[in-house]
Amino acid sequence: MNLQTSRRGRAWVVALAVAIGLLMAGCASDAPQSVLEPAGESARKADGLWNLTFSIAVAVFVFVQAALIYSVIRYRAKPGREARQFEGNARLEVILTVIPALILAAIAVPTVGTIFDLAGEPKGDDVLQVNVQGRQYWWLYEYPDLDVVTANELHIPVGTPVNLTIEGYDVNHSFWVPRLAGTQDVVPGRVNRLTLEADEPGTYRGQCKEFCGLSHANMALRVIAHEPAAFETWIAEQQQPSAKPAGSLAAEGAKLFVNGSEDGQFAAGAACASCHAIEGLDGALGVIGPNLTHLQSRKTFAAGLFKTNEANLRAWLADPPARKPGSQMPDVGLTGGQIDALVAYLETLK
Amino acid sequence: MATAAAGTDRRYFARPTAKTGWWAWMTTVDHKKIGILYGLTSFVFFIIGGIQALIMRSQLATPDGEVVSAAMYNQLFTMHGLTMIFLVVMPMGTALINFLLPLMIGARDVAFPRLNAFSYWVFLLGGLFLYSSFILGGAADGGWFGYAPLNRELPGNGMTYYSLGLQILGIASLAGAVNFIVTILNMRAPGMTFMRMPVFVWMTLVVSFLLLFALPVIGVALWELMFDRLFGTSFFDPGAGGDPLLWQHLFWLFGHPEVYIMILPAMGIVSEVLPAFARKPLFGYPAIVFAGAAIAFMGWGVWAHHMFAAGLGPVANSAFALSTMLIAVPTGVKIFNWIGTIWGGAVRLTTAFLFSAGFVSMFIIGGLSGVTHAIVPHDAQQTDTYYVVGHLHYVLFGGSIFGLFSGLYYWWPKIFGRLLNERIGKLHFWLMLIGFNLTFGPFHVLGLLGMPRRVYRYSPGLGFDLWNMMSTVGAFTIALSIVVFLVNAVLTARRGEQAGADPWDARTIEWMIPSPPPEHNFDEVPVIRHRDDWWYRKYITDPKGTPAPVIAGGADASIPADERDNATASEDEQAHGIHLPSPSYYPLVTAVGLPIAGYGVIYQPLLLAVGFLIVLVGAFGWVLEPPAEPA
Repeated sequence: MNLQTSRRGRAWVVALAVAIGLLMAGCASDAPQSVLEPAGESARKADGLWNLTFSIAVAVFVFVQAALIYSVIRYRAKPGREARQFEGNARLEVILTVIPALILAAIAVPTVGTIFDLAGEPKGDDVLQVNVQGRQYWWLYEYPDLDVVTANELHIPVGTPVNLTIEGYDVNHSFWVPRLAGTQDVVPGRVNRLTLEADEPGTYRGQCKEFCGLSHANMALRVIAHEPAAFETWIAEQQQPSAKPAGSLAAEGAKLFVNGSEDGQFAAGAACASCHAIEGLDGALGVIGPNLTHLQSRKTFAAGLFKTNEANLRAWLADPPARKPGSQMPDVGLTGGQIDALVAYLETLK
Repeated sequence: MATAAAGTDRRYFARPTAKTGWWAWMTTVDHKKIGILYGLTSFVFFIIGGIQALIMRSQLATPDGEVVSAAMYNQLFTMHGLTMIFLVVMPMGTALINFLLPLMIGARDVAFPRLNAFSYWVFLLGGLFLYSSFILGGAADGGWFGYAPLNRELPGNGMTYYSLGLQILGIASLAGAVNFIVTILNMRAPGMTFMRMPVFVWMTLVVSFLLLFALPVIGVALWELMFDRLFGTSFFDPGAGGDPLLWQHLFWLFGHPEVYIMILPAMGIVSEVLPAFARKPLFGYPAIVFAGAAIAFMGWGVWAHHMFAAGLGPVANSAFALSTMLIAVPTGVKIFNWIGTIWGGAVRLTTAFLFSAGFVSMFIIGGLSGVTHAIVPHDAQQTDTYYVVGHLHYVLFGGSIFGLFSGLYYWWPKIFGRLLNERIGKLHFWLMLIGFNLTFGPFHVLGLLGMPRRVYRYSPGLGFDLWNMMSTVGAFTIALSIVVFLVNAVLTARRGEQAGADPWDARTIEWMIPSPPPEHNFDEVPVIRHRDDWWYRKYITDPKGTPAPVIAGGADASIPADERDNATASEDEQAHGIHLPSPSYYPLVTAVGLPIAGYGVIYQPLLLAVGFLIVLVGAFGWVLEPPAEPA
């Protein structure tokens, strides 16, 4: 009996060790969206509460599970054992009601404090204001004080609180960059806000968290944090209009972009410019899709789905809904030649 | 009764007479048969919902899975949620309630037997209506809580089926709730005071009241959604002055009580099973009952914890954080009392007991992860991730489904007269426990690593791969455990051990009568003198506190001598024999009209008229049919 028990005990220890090992392997592996590795003030405050609550939860878990397992094993039926007949124990019941209430009160106090702390809008001259819209299926960022509009990749300076004003557009989305801050829903008809701040330069991945339709899974975003000087440079670049297309193929592409073509479906009504704006290109004023003025400055396009390169742009233009289900950008039946010209032009949008 | 019969025309409205075969089942109003129909139907839906889960887990086993398309995946997770909630957990609870409630309170049937049959048929047809959308152009694809305004904008008829299907299913639940409330309030055996009722009956009462008040709320929301989709209203269209948050408030004002609607019956089951196998009274019966009622009341004040990220502001978020933490207190009371029930007992580790202990164990995890949702700033991280999906499966699978299986193993011999095989049952339990934790444990890790829910694929390099693969392996382990259960049911159907009236030496009065119970349940309506009355008919507690069997043929020493002579059924009962409600066609007829009207709303107004005409005919038949066919 003793031998058996110890063998079983050893099996449990081994199982536990394996489980912990797996857990650590999982956490140690590259997880760019991990909530557990905060890299900014908002996320860190949430993480502090988590650490407190999780430790208490683990303690409660161990205590209660142990009591359950002990009682099942200890009071197993065997010959000669009679169940003790009792219907309760008022004092014990009161104690076991009060203790959890006290534990919860201990969690409640810092929770409420942090809720109000995070709800406060950041104040000061250095606060960067960015307006965010979630759309099916991409992110629009507008820097109202800096006259910059971009998409999907949000650039911010480190060490500066960023006040995000989050507006709805079509359906619900949720703006989420786990390492920087908790999520904030994007609700049509409402304006929400969120404070974002990154400690270190780097790229922080996030993605839409509220189910928004066919390509909900494909609605990623990146926050790119720069040293202040590098951020200034980026802003200065973004404030420039696009360059005039060099070369005849690119020029043809620019023309197609604005006017479309008489051939096939790609008529004026469905030209790229009806949805996309490009500063410096006459007639390209669309506001439905992303602003493409500096498309090539973005490492990815289509909400983080593809690396920005010629091959991917080509494949994308050929049939957007096939590459990204439910894409609002339709397949307009471009010919190979039209794709060549358009991609040549898009390549000039540095 | 005779005067009522005089006014009916037997040429048009006759009662069915079939005692066996298809017609007997189609026209039955016997709560036991209806319970079995409920159980069977919900089990079939359980298999279907499980297959949907397996397809989803196959898709997510590896990054960039390509088993199904995004469009199909969205239908799968929506229908999986709707199925498991509305077509499995709720009706499986209703199945046990139907079969057992009259037996546990010493009644011959529920208060409104035809309404009971109507509930079942509406549930079945509502489920089929919802599922018919798969072959009629695509099922609902907006998630089970179908947030506005996406719900009004999704193309196709999927979300229209959602709004109509849930309204039809709501009618079934509402009728059932009214029936159970009236039954419990009015039809208890003499001496069955409220505080002598089995906890399962108590929880049925609580859940029925929750349904009664919660279903109208979602009814309003679904009705508005139907109007938005079909008739161009703009309840949820912000562009026209509507408010998407209105949907969220209405949905969760229903949705959170709904969570307790799903868990409280399972808690009732556990509160029956643990004392039976520990051979002890339930520890702190009043506390467990009041905790259940308290949870039900407080369940109305926590809905916005589903909306912490919606931007309600710090005051509302703090208030709902506090109410959410508070509801953990009565839940904790239940956990402690269940452990107290095992403590000091002589525990028989039967399959039913293991599932109940498993329930408690898994519910501790689900309860604790629930508390972590109350810390709002971190909930903003967990919400809409796999962490939440993990939490909800720990309470609804580790909780409700484990509880329901415990109930099935416990009452199976009462229902079918034969015991399930214990060896195979234990294999089922351990496979399911392991599979369950392997499937849903990793969900917590995935959520914390940043995997949102409702994604049909994920990119490699996010650290999700290992955990998803583990989870998929776990899901197939659960599937295997269900196969083991089915094998058990089939093998024991003919050759299983005969149960007899009381195979577990149990405590409550449903074990007094033969298994399966005769159509009229009790030969004589029992007079109740104790909580766990059946136990005290079998045992007296000696001064040391240990139970000793009542001497055969001896009087129950606990009954005062002057009451002994009255301890049989009333004279009235003996003089007139037993009245049982007659079977009827009209619950089925009336129910058939509803889905037809539903199709009419979507496709053809004429069909709507036909549907309502059928409902009308059914209602007239219901009123005008004779009370019974002449013998």
